[in-house]
Amino acid sequence: MAVTLKGPTVKSAPLDVARIRKDFPILAQTVRGKPLVYLDNAATSQKPRQVIDAMSQVFEEHNANIHRGVYEFSERTTALFEEARAKVARFINAPSEREIIFVRNATEALNLVAYAWGRDNIKRGDRIVTTVLEHHSDFVPWQQLATEVGAEIAVVDIDDDGRLRRDQLSSELRKGAKLLAITHTSNGLGTVNPVKEIAAEARAAGATVLVDVAQAVPHTPVDVQDLGADFVAFSGHKMLAPPGSGALWGRAEILEKMRPFLYGGDMISRVTVKLTEWNELPWKFEAGTSSYVDAIALGAAVDYLSDVGVAKIHAHELSLVAYLLPRLQEIPGVTVYGPKDLESRVGVVSFNIEGIHPHDVATIFDREGVCVRAGHHCNQPLMTRLGVPATTRASMYLYNTTDEMDALVGAIHTAKKVFGT
Amino acid sequence: MDDMYRDYILDHYKNPRNFGELEGATHTYHDSNPLCGDEMTMQLRIGDGSVEDVHFTGKGCAISQASASILTEEVKGKTLDEVKAIDRDHVLANLGIPISPARIKCALLGLKALKGAAWGLTAWPGEEVKAK
Repeated sequence: MAVTLKGPTVKSAPLDVARIRKDFPILAQTVRGKPLVYLDNAATSQKPRQVIDAMSQVFEEHNANIHRGVYEFSERTTALFEEARAKVARFINAPSEREIIFVRNATEALNLVAYAWGRDNIKRGDRIVTTVLEHHSDFVPWQQLATEVGAEIAVVDIDDDGRLRRDQLSSELRKGAKLLAITHTSNGLGTVNPVKEIAAEARAAGATVLVDVAQAVPHTPVDVQDLGADFVAFSGHKMLAPPGSGALWGRAEILEKMRPFLYGGDMISRVTVKLTEWNELPWKFEAGTSSYVDAIALGAAVDYLSDVGVAKIHAHELSLVAYLLPRLQEIPGVTVYGPKDLESRVGVVSFNIEGIHPHDVATIFDREGVCVRAGHHCNQPLMTRLGVPATTRASMYLYNTTDEMDALVGAIHTAKKVFGT
Repeated sequence: MDDMYRDYILDHYKNPRNFGELEGATHTYHDSNPLCGDEMTMQLRIGDGSVEDVHFTGKGCAISQASASILTEEVKGKTLDEVKAIDRDHVLANLGIPISPARIKCALLGLKALKGAAWGLTAWPGEEVKAK
């Protein structure tokens, strides 16, 4: 089938997928006797041997709590933890590793900003601008903050192709905004927003700009300096690292003025019975024993992604979308939501099959070994906007193949046969 | 191919029994499953302590709709106390298909709405906020 979709030209096989797949032990698994077809990468990615080994190595060879011990094992573990921070900083081109705060996931990063920055900077009558594309993790914290302090929240709409309404966004920013909280890449539709252009506009309008890059960093090159944001947040588990890892990046001058988020050990420099002085950045925001093994593994994941090349991964995903979209659209009764071309998107394809609820679709897919997400994808305002209770979502990553796209299409035909539609 | 989507399940899904608004309903309860967006309203007309008629309206997956449809078939004529005594094991046995943990809420949504109606609730205890 000829690829006639609008967007960047996709060259075939930019990645050696067969070799990559060998790095992921789980991909050799079968589900009910059928090969595993894992297409739920927007929910969480699988992990390569290199990441799994990085974790085992800490536990088997030198596990000890970080920043505390004066013995060799603690020093080695601490060194790897801080090295991982430097790797993450380089990966997103942060000006300084002091600006990388390790958190459990993007949700924690976003709540950190909502509490430690939001409660001191968003006042009654202030405006927060956000979008209908946000994951609940980048929506609920702002909604609750607005309710708590009496701020106003404006939610920018999308057009029927799942693209942000730029006109509406500009007009909301012109009305004044203290904060723009926007997703870089939609986890529900795969849309990539023109965040660089939007961030410049928002900052010119006086807004602090927070970008949820959880769905972007694993799939497209992200350069926080080029982006022009004030904060970005992402999770490790969607980018080959284990759950429990993630990072918040913020401009040092803003982070320095912020109060801590969580209080406790490691985030202090001096404690007396009367008062406490905070540790320096980034540790001021890392209270308690952090998930240091997960953070070290995030460093290994960043190494892996850097070796493969994130731009190549993006091109590979687009080649899968180019292969899949026309095949999906020719199936009677299948509706695809979001962008129908290759322009500014990642490998997330949301769809429904007429007459079959997404949960039934996913259950039948499961019998075929095909793992997809069915539901609202933590995107209920988006589902309401699309006028559906839920969608079926296939999300790709570096190890997926066109054969797996065929398996997905085959599973759709099976579902239609079972339901007689 | 399937031990789950058997013919009678799909038949109940496509041709739900006792579906639609119930005239003269004395007990009505609405519930939903936010995870998948399933919606379910159960209506009872109770006369002399027994179910004279039962209807449901809803939309959602085959499992939730078929389970509710099958449930309505058996409660007609039962006393209110008998309706209140129906438990999840009974509903799952009646459904007659293997239900995975991820789908259990789908399978039991009809029962939850039916019980809410039978007990004369406006909201499930602890979830009153949902009723607005």
